[in-house]
Amino acid sequence: MAGGFFDRSSIVAPPGWSRWLVPPAALAVHLGIGQAYAWSVLKTGLGQGLQLSGTATALPFQLAIVMLGLSAAVFGTQVERRGPRWAMAVATACFAAGFLISAAGIAMGQYWLVIVGYGAVGGIGLGIGYISPVSTLIKWFVDRPGMATGIAIMGFGGGALIASPVETALLSAFGRTPGGLASTFLVLGIAYAIFMSLGWLLIRVPPEGWRPPGAAAESEDPAQRGPAVSVSKAVRLPQFWFLWIVLCFNVTAGIGILERADGIFRDFFGSTTTAQQLAGAAAAFVAILSLANMLGRFVWSSTSDLVGRKNIYRMYLGLGALLYLVILTLGEGNKVIFLIASLLILSFYGAGFATVPAYLKDLFGTYQVGAIHGRLLTAWSAAGVLGPLIVNAIVDASDAEGPARYTTSFIIMTALLAIGFVANELIRPVDPKHYVSDAERAAPEGSAAAEERRQGATR
Amino acid sequence: MTDRTTSAPTGGRLVLAVVAWLWVLIPFVYGVYSLVLKVPALF
Repeated sequence: MAGGFFDRSSIVAPPGWSRWLVPPAALAVHLGIGQAYAWSVLKTGLGQGLQLSGTATALPFQLAIVMLGLSAAVFGTQVERRGPRWAMAVATACFAAGFLISAAGIAMGQYWLVIVGYGAVGGIGLGIGYISPVSTLIKWFVDRPGMATGIAIMGFGGGALIASPVETALLSAFGRTPGGLASTFLVLGIAYAIFMSLGWLLIRVPPEGWRPPGAAAESEDPAQRGPAVSVSKAVRLPQFWFLWIVLCFNVTAGIGILERADGIFRDFFGSTTTAQQLAGAAAAFVAILSLANMLGRFVWSSTSDLVGRKNIYRMYLGLGALLYLVILTLGEGNKVIFLIASLLILSFYGAGFATVPAYLKDLFGTYQVGAIHGRLLTAWSAAGVLGPLIVNAIVDASDAEGPARYTTSFIIMTALLAIGFVANELIRPVDPKHYVSDAERAAPEGSAAAEERRQGATR
Repeated sequence: MTDRTTSAPTGGRLVLAVVAWLWVLIPFVYGVYSLVLKVPALF
């Protein structure tokens, strides 16, 4: 498999290549697939144009998120082995194909094609695209992994900011008829294919043994070289599962606000303003939460390079739990406190995603960090079910009015964050006896030596 | 190895870096701007 255009060996950075060319490649993919968070705009258009229920129009997005977690877990090792160009190209093809299949389905009146296209095919693109640049970024920015993955994963949060006004403009231009919807999906498919292609064209991996300028050379002593744990070993270690709990509960707590942001704002401030002002303010609240979610990914993840991963998660989880209690006790009618607390919670939600690859690198090394990250994202899928379930089921079942409707669900969120806090405290460095051998460490996935070793093992 | 791959781009690679960053930053800034326009309604 050596020598092909999409192979890892073809994208080893030549002399003079700047590592600052890698973040835009990663951003091109993440800003593209981040469109998923703007599904609500297309959902509304599909509901109006095809006369479908809210449940039916939610299906493509729900399936896409499930496929994101599954494909990241299933294809993680493949992504590590084949390299980021292959992964980004597959992600681009799948994500764009999802729109094109959906456009064909709408044009033919076959809505199941939208579910399969956007949900299944596009969802695979989401999962592979999400993990595709992570390992490469960490290897280029081994001195600042939190900042590097923060930039890329901020792109996933920012993708919706681009997609939302663009989708609104396209639906206005083409109309919310079946023909107009098909045209909207067609244009989006072509646009994302072009936009995301910068990623697989530009991405490069560092030469083996490369170190950032100013960084100390890698030690020859195996004991000093830091962790290098294989994905098969990592998933059998408690550190992985404690981190799984941390990510799952941090995401669940964020969804606690994100899922019903509009309704929460109306229930907390509905009695203090007119209906028209309230609608505008609630929409603005949703918008500013997106901004906090996105900025938190970069700011807090970059901060983790300075204060350490364990400490930053102490803040996400510990302060996050306190902020939920602040909203419950002081938030009613006090917009400033309510806004500060909810914006911080959402910034911690986004930051939890962005910081976790660097946490994995600290624990397991860069050896197979992309594949391990893929497995860990199943925590996101679990939180995607758990979060809405807690918020919607409990709030809908409540007879209370106003902020009191959220008392039980916010207390549960506080408890989940406290459990996450304890799980973070239980994370210890991995025992060196779990590291891979020196021979395996010297032949990372995708290298010719690793290929020879694999073929030797199968002979 | 560090002397073969630089931190800051130079020459032709500088142009490539500018184009690549503009490719992602222009739509991103447009998205942020569209969002910020909504925020005054909050107060």
